[in-house]
Amino acid sequence: MWDWIKIVVLGVVALAAAVAANFARDLAYQVHALIVMAVAAGLFIWSVRRAGEPKSAPETGYMDGVVRYGVIATTFWGLAGFLVGTFIAFQLAFPALNFEFLQGFGNFGRLRPLHTSAVIFAFGGNALIATSFYIVQRTSAARLWGGNLAWFVFWGYNLFIVLAATGYLMGATQSKEYAEPEWYVDLWLTVVWVAYLLVFLGTIIKRKEPHIYVANWFFLSFIVTIAMLHIVNNLVVPVSIFGSRSVQVMSGVQDAMTQWWYGHNAVGFFLTAGFLGMMYYFVPKQAERPVYSYKLSIIHFWALIFLYIWAGPHHLHYTALPDWASTLGMVFSIVLWMPSWGGMINGLMTLSGAWDKLRTDPIIRMMVISIGFYGMSTFEGPMMSIRAVNALSHYTDWTIGHVHSGALGWNGMITFGALYFLTPRLWGRASLYSLRMVSWHFWLATIGIVLYAASMWVTGIMEGLMWREVDANGFLVNSFADTVAAKFPMYVLRGTGGILYLAGALIMAYNLWMTAFSKRVPAAAAVAAAE
Amino acid sequence: MNYHIFREIADSWVLLAMFVFFVGAIVFAFRPGSRTVHNEAASVLFRHEDAPAPDTNVDLEART
Repeated sequence: MWDWIKIVVLGVVALAAAVAANFARDLAYQVHALIVMAVAAGLFIWSVRRAGEPKSAPETGYMDGVVRYGVIATTFWGLAGFLVGTFIAFQLAFPALNFEFLQGFGNFGRLRPLHTSAVIFAFGGNALIATSFYIVQRTSAARLWGGNLAWFVFWGYNLFIVLAATGYLMGATQSKEYAEPEWYVDLWLTVVWVAYLLVFLGTIIKRKEPHIYVANWFFLSFIVTIAMLHIVNNLVVPVSIFGSRSVQVMSGVQDAMTQWWYGHNAVGFFLTAGFLGMMYYFVPKQAERPVYSYKLSIIHFWALIFLYIWAGPHHLHYTALPDWASTLGMVFSIVLWMPSWGGMINGLMTLSGAWDKLRTDPIIRMMVISIGFYGMSTFEGPMMSIRAVNALSHYTDWTIGHVHSGALGWNGMITFGALYFLTPRLWGRASLYSLRMVSWHFWLATIGIVLYAASMWVTGIMEGLMWREVDANGFLVNSFADTVAAKFPMYVLRGTGGILYLAGALIMAYNLWMTAFSKRVPAAAAVAAAE
Repeated sequence: MNYHIFREIADSWVLLAMFVFFVGAIVFAFRPGSRTVHNEAASVLFRHEDAPAPDTNVDLEART
């Protein structure tokens, strides 16, 4: 019965998308309608061809196929995001790279949201979905709940990314940072996210272990909070159901506050809580010892949950936002330093008694440096949220440097560690193709981040000081263009850091590919032959 | 229901409730006997690497 309903629904969706493409009011909407039509029509044909075939017996082991796809998607989107990021870094240094023939599609303004969404939502999001599916099964001792719903989550989420990314290039954006996708893409993500919550929660409910391991707490808080943030920050009224434009429900300072409540909690719950879930599983696993203090992990969790949600107003110092609100955001940001460092200590101390692994195991080295960067950026962030510091740092490249030491250092490195951990296990190999390549990746990425962060500190503080410099008569000394010219060497250095980081990721992609798909003897067979 | 009523509730009872919950969660983590429970939970990830637990409740009942 379900097979037939599915065929009908897919047929109707394909038809509706064709109609929408015909009536489309703008290019982005039309292209998106055609993409949806192609996907629905393809699935329609696929379903018709398989209709009425006998069902194979339900599988009982862990559901790892979707995690394997997630690992591949994470690697692919990572490379795409890093490449675009490096390119736009050089666009800033050399404006001639905003080619004339790409105007309106490939200039900085169009590529910048493509970069941020590709690395945060495509690379980070796929990593979170894949690792959360892997971890929740192992720590619940149960197969993923919901059968093929997990596949829907994976493909649905990647369709969201394709729609969002192509939309940016064609100018479909609601101009909210990290929430750029327009209304119909937001609606689609809502559907996918509810399915994600159901799969994750369903697996936890049918768990065979009495405890819900702490990594799952972090993942669950990430899923629930992102759902809440996404819905509230995307309350819009479409101008037409056949167009990509929409109008925000809130306006003025309320809209700004909602946006940064969303924006900072996207950092707090997407890039922090979710990735802490990874840390609390992969670091103990790779170190082969339980987490340093389970009590501390519980306190870490509750403190993070109770504090992070209030920190958003620090993005709006010296704006129309009332002072009490921005002071509140500042105070909570500073208090947040404590649980962040508690979590960092918990992750690092998990290695106590096994510090020698740092010398022998490049994967654990990667995880440890990611925790180090977590500690560094969660110290820098609260400091920058202080109003007096913010007066210097806001709107300068210091902010961009801060974001990247967190994103490249913490999110990137812990994800690389997770990919190196997962690939041999998911494809049944005894080990990675090459550990030396992991070492190369580690050093290229680390030096790349150092170049990036250092050049952005220098240029950011320089820029901030130049903006506020006044002469004896109280006139501003520098024009904006003076700061742009002064920043040139640091921009080139930043781009060079990006090249190193990208090169490391390319080495990783090759290493993972050779681990998974080269014709070496699979681990199981090798063990059998040895016996 | 307007902003001021909301604000008053948020400033008083909701603030108190959240603070009590937060302190309670931390106190609960340090309750007597929590050490064995936490050690047990911390080792979950080393137990079921390759396959789910068998489909009976014997395991669960034996442990609790």
